[in-house]
Amino acid sequence: MARAFRWLFPHPVLTILLAVVWVLLQNKFTPGMAVFGLILGTIIPLVTAVWWPERPGSIRLGRMFSYAIIVLWDIMVANIEVAWIVLTKPNSKLKPAWIVVPLDLREPEAITILAGTITLTPGTVSADLSDEGHSLLVHALHTEDPDGVRDEIKNRYERRLKEIFV
Amino acid sequence: MTLEVIGTYAVGVCLLIGAAFAMVGTIGLLKFNDSMTRLHAPTKVGTIGIGALLLASMVHSYVFAEGSMHETLIMAFLFVTAPISAHFIAKVNIHKRACDTPPAPPRDGTWSTLNVPEADRELELQKDT
Repeated sequence: MARAFRWLFPHPVLTILLAVVWVLLQNKFTPGMAVFGLILGTIIPLVTAVWWPERPGSIRLGRMFSYAIIVLWDIMVANIEVAWIVLTKPNSKLKPAWIVVPLDLREPEAITILAGTITLTPGTVSADLSDEGHSLLVHALHTEDPDGVRDEIKNRYERRLKEIFV
Repeated sequence: MTLEVIGTYAVGVCLLIGAAFAMVGTIGLLKFNDSMTRLHAPTKVGTIGIGALLLASMVHSYVFAEGSMHETLIMAFLFVTAPISAHFIAKVNIHKRACDTPPAPPRDGTWSTLNVPEADRELELQKDT
């Protein structure tokens, strides 16, 4: 039974995600569309499973949700800060800096989410990963204290991601 | 105050916020003179500027017409894809040495973009000289 389920739904989260996206694309909810979305969500992961054999590890959805709220809030605050820098700081006083963030995370999904978060919060862009994936290179638009930015990334985002991807 | 009046004001405020952030992003793109700092401006427009404009569209559709959920999809896909393009532009900058060379990583050999495969080392040397 469990094996049949695993064969039919190689990526259960992807199945649900595809069904939800399909219903949202229709722009109104009808049972027929939900069923069709579920059919699509079953077929597409089944056909593409060959290229994606491993299942991502389990995540804690509750913590993921609170993480998303924190990131959205940070995006808004950081946007205003960066807008202020753009409008008031002359180019000569700008202090851009490279910041190296040593990574404790090992799962590729977690590192991807961390890099995406860093880019989405304005003022920092994740630029590169070291060749064996132990550190992340981040470019900061303006900072007086590069170590402080690094510690904030580690404490605020990476610590939470470590709790999400157990 | 009817719902429609409130809706109109909410849409107006959202449009103004979105337009203001889009403009700040554009000013940043014009003002900064280094390709890496210039990269920071579009990430800002991509998040709050577009977010506020889409919110305006959503509020408008719910107040004045039958609701529409497409905007949430646009926002979700934009949030997923915007960092990838920014990441690629940054990688191109590092690769073409259009910016300061980043400091070496503490544990590994070098950054993956700067890592030249064994077979291409000679080519790289010829290019430098």
